[in-house]
Amino acid sequence: MKVGVVTFPGSLDDGDARRAVTLAGGEAVALWHADADLRGVDAVVLPGGFSYGDYLRCGAIARFAPVMTEVVRAAEGGMPVLGICNGFQVLCESHLLPGALVRNDHQKFLCKDQRLRVESTATAWTADFTAGQEITIPLKNGEGGFVADEATLDRLEGEGRVVFRYLGGNPNGSLRDIAGISNERGNVVGLMPHPEHAVEELFGPGLDGLGLFTSVLKAGLGAIA
Amino acid sequence: MGRVVIDVMPKPEILDPQGKAVVGALPRLGFDVFTSVRQGKRFELEVEGDVTPEVLAQARRAAETLLSNPVIEDVVSVREADTAEVQA
Repeated sequence: MKVGVVTFPGSLDDGDARRAVTLAGGEAVALWHADADLRGVDAVVLPGGFSYGDYLRCGAIARFAPVMTEVVRAAEGGMPVLGICNGFQVLCESHLLPGALVRNDHQKFLCKDQRLRVESTATAWTADFTAGQEITIPLKNGEGGFVADEATLDRLEGEGRVVFRYLGGNPNGSLRDIAGISNERGNVVGLMPHPEHAVEELFGPGLDGLGLFTSVLKAGLGAIA
Repeated sequence: MGRVVIDVMPKPEILDPQGKAVVGALPRLGFDVFTSVRQGKRFELEVEGDVTPEVLAQARRAAETLLSNPVIEDVVSVREADTAEVQA
């Protein structure tokens, strides 16, 4: 199964994301932001880093990259799409996910191993976890505070679309400790922490991030079968 | 040449860490009467000719679709720049 990883000018975790796909058993395909072509991939990862145009708002200009037109079209057709950190911001600016990410409430860039609870396994990216499972993956962001209006938050909670929640303290002021959410269909997931940095022994806090990448391989196989 | 000025502010209910940092720094310089600061954005858009109603309408659409994110920000003003506020 082919998983595309988009490189925007300023992406810095694209290499790690491709490596995570490979370690999970998939075929990683490098995609370029300026190409309006998904090269036949079965899923897409928007990696972390700093996309061009973050000057306006994180992800605000990257959302208009030619590749994003194809990503939005494919996502609306059911293709699994994962946005990590800056990728999460791009998904919100693209309206594939509700809400927005704002500067951390404590005004500092943060880099730490973060405990999370997997709240939903009903997505293309979390089927390999168990509901309520606690995992630890790295978090590093300056604008990671998830915000949305009360009605949107209630809808996300009510529809089981809060996918990950922070444990052991809220690192950035995200409302209701939300670390990651999905769209209604569950094929699009965005999260602030970085699962691609927890896929290999001796690098990062463990292997807890690998589950996202193995999950999507099975979701893809299910779609093919 | 005409110029349109657009002001965008974080919504009142959204925490503004930038404003918070600024209000914390002001007393260190002796400015001790300010209890709150909100930091927004100002955009200046230039056009070749005059600022017509159509230009203002386009500016308003740009403000609402790209220059602000309605989830976190309000467009508080879209206007033709006063002569006094136009920088050379």
